[in-house]
Amino acid sequence: MTPMNQTTHPPDLPRPTPVPAEPAPTPPPGAKKRRRPASTQWAAWAFLAPVTVYLVLFYAYPLYRNLDLSLRNYTVRSFVQGNAPFTGLKNYRTVLDDPTFAPALLHTAVFTFVCLAFQYAIGLALAVFFNQHFRLAATLRALFLVPWLLPLIVSASTWSWMLNSDSGIVNAALHAVGVDPVNWLTSPSWSLTSVIIANIWIGVPFNLVVLYSGLQSIPSGLYEAAALDGANAWQRFWRITFPLLRPVSAITLLLGLIYTLKVLDIIWIMTKGGPADASTTFATWSYQLGFGNMLPAFGPGAAVGNLLVVAALVFGLVYIRVQRRQEALS
Amino acid sequence: MNSSSGQRRLVVAALTALAVTAGATACSSGSGSAGSKDADSGTYTVWDPYPQFAKSSAWVKLLDQCGAKAGVKVKRTGFDTSDLANKTLLAAQQGNAPDVLVVDNPVVSTLADGGVLTSTADTKLDTSKVDANLLAAGQSGGKTYGTPIGANTIALYYNKKVLQQAGVDIASVKDWPSLTAALAKVKKAGKKGITFSAIGTEEGSFQFLPWFWGAGAKLTQLDSSQAESALSLWKDWLKDGYAPNSVLNNTQTTSWQEFASGDYAFGENGTWQLANAKKAGLDYGVLPIPAAMGGAAAAPTGGEFVTIPVQQDTDRYATSKKLAACLTSTTNIYATDTTLSYVAPTSEVQDKQVADNAELKPWVAAVKAAKGRTSDDLGTKYPKISEQLWKAVQSALSGSKSPKDALSSAQGSVK
Repeated sequence: MTPMNQTTHPPDLPRPTPVPAEPAPTPPPGAKKRRRPASTQWAAWAFLAPVTVYLVLFYAYPLYRNLDLSLRNYTVRSFVQGNAPFTGLKNYRTVLDDPTFAPALLHTAVFTFVCLAFQYAIGLALAVFFNQHFRLAATLRALFLVPWLLPLIVSASTWSWMLNSDSGIVNAALHAVGVDPVNWLTSPSWSLTSVIIANIWIGVPFNLVVLYSGLQSIPSGLYEAAALDGANAWQRFWRITFPLLRPVSAITLLLGLIYTLKVLDIIWIMTKGGPADASTTFATWSYQLGFGNMLPAFGPGAAVGNLLVVAALVFGLVYIRVQRRQEALS
Repeated sequence: MNSSSGQRRLVVAALTALAVTAGATACSSGSGSAGSKDADSGTYTVWDPYPQFAKSSAWVKLLDQCGAKAGVKVKRTGFDTSDLANKTLLAAQQGNAPDVLVVDNPVVSTLADGGVLTSTADTKLDTSKVDANLLAAGQSGGKTYGTPIGANTIALYYNKKVLQQAGVDIASVKDWPSLTAALAKVKKAGKKGITFSAIGTEEGSFQFLPWFWGAGAKLTQLDSSQAESALSLWKDWLKDGYAPNSVLNNTQTTSWQEFASGDYAFGENGTWQLANAKKAGLDYGVLPIPAAMGGAAAAPTGGEFVTIPVQQDTDRYATSKKLAACLTSTTNIYATDTTLSYVAPTSEVQDKQVADNAELKPWVAAVKAAKGRTSDDLGTKYPKISEQLWKAVQSALSGSKSPKDALSSAQGSVK
């Protein structure tokens, strides 16, 4: 482990040679022992500068602005003139006291976890299926990527048409088999389910691709050995595939989680968070507060957005912790 | 590997990196100054909510003509109407507001409240010929913040063929009970009753307001018994199957598509659909939305205002005013409102419109009876009230709350 750590160090301790990729566990002895800290360090910082400037401009500053927005009382007038009074956590209190908060939290949690569970399960099942290398597997796999390639506005509008109460194809199909029509998008008890179904469909390809590539890295010899030992397909999956896929699964789930937490477009296009908040999540609520009304409430909108950022951050930290523990075990 | 050559390479690489960084920062500061107008003061920016008009359209040609007349070049950008208010606010914050802004009328008071717009008193823009009920939408605190380029409103389109099959005489539809009775007949005849838009956006409130006002309710009190009767009317139509459940997700465009399918007897829609009605080949008529007890209900005014946003360089107002006056001059407004299928904001042009196209007659009457959403000095209170109103409509129609509960919680949230 120790020699590996050296490569993950920040470049303030660069190798004396401009070719740092040598995996040699100890620095080459002899001639180049003499250190030139001044110039190399200067060069290192210069190399760091572009990415630092980029990060500050496009990550740190917007985050700072969002935090600032959420801590001030912005009205239309003070937004334009830029003299909004600092009000501390008042916007957060407004948001917490809002009757929309509890349902939005619940919907966000349900939406995220149900989507993740189904996307992962279906993605894994398909990945294992396509790993059999049958004829046309590559073509079929490519077809499964279509949801991922379509612009979200196209797929969300299509779902919205298919699920239309009166003229949608889904209700027409239900009618054909003698089931009563369902108000998919306009009934408070169904609208969240509808957007979850659409989002699962959109998220499966991502899981499929990442998990499939994870499967490729499992040596086939292990399967052969297990087959010789008399393990059936089910056992091979649970004893070999699943454990060896754990690191890939973890990162897939984390990325999926961060992506799903902030899904806005699908819900907004399909239901606008409605009817009457029945499919409102934090993401749509934040958008609704900031942009869904002629009188924008930027402060509370930013506050809700920040809560989402914190939630994503918490799960990111959990992931890092779990990964550290796994590394320590292995 | 020679150590000095290694060092030289490092320095070169570092210099390159520095140059790249400097280039990136130069770019970012450059984009800020590109928006300022000092560089080319002969160019005036115009923002409008008509993205459907391409460069070759009459509207854009008119902008160029007005620019040429004022001796300047016009740079025009068309935005989606729901986007325009926020884009303008952001631009105003950066000191980059357009010289002339054509914007949806209920937004005017919000922008004016933000100090984004100049009043007509400042710019001496003439509004004396404009109908008072239309101009009221752009007034707040005793000042006027622009002049309407055209107005529209909503009424009931009806399909003559469907009504005939159901045996409904349209002359009998005078108030809510007779309208509901007509819908019942239509349903019995196996056709569909009425379609409208009750979506959870401003459009939903816009479509509900004629019924709300027609019942005698006021926007300052959402939980009145009159308001409840209006919401119950819609709710019962859904319950009895006179209106489809999809109204909850209908925009005015999708609602129009339902009506244009030819199955529906009535469709609540706007002046701007007239051209499409002809295209669809429907045998249709237009009826003002009836009030609860008979007579025509006040419908909300739609349509845009030509406004002049505040600039740092106040000398620009003179030319901006020329542009705005040119866009709203009698001949130009006639042409523009004909392409937009709008009713003109002045009696003079309205008369000409009716003389040329008798179909516009009910629409001109409806516009004259219409009411601005931000009128009655509601101003910036309107957006909040409207949001609660569309939420109440959605709660009641989807069945999650009774009309009474939905409206009282809406009134509670407005405070």
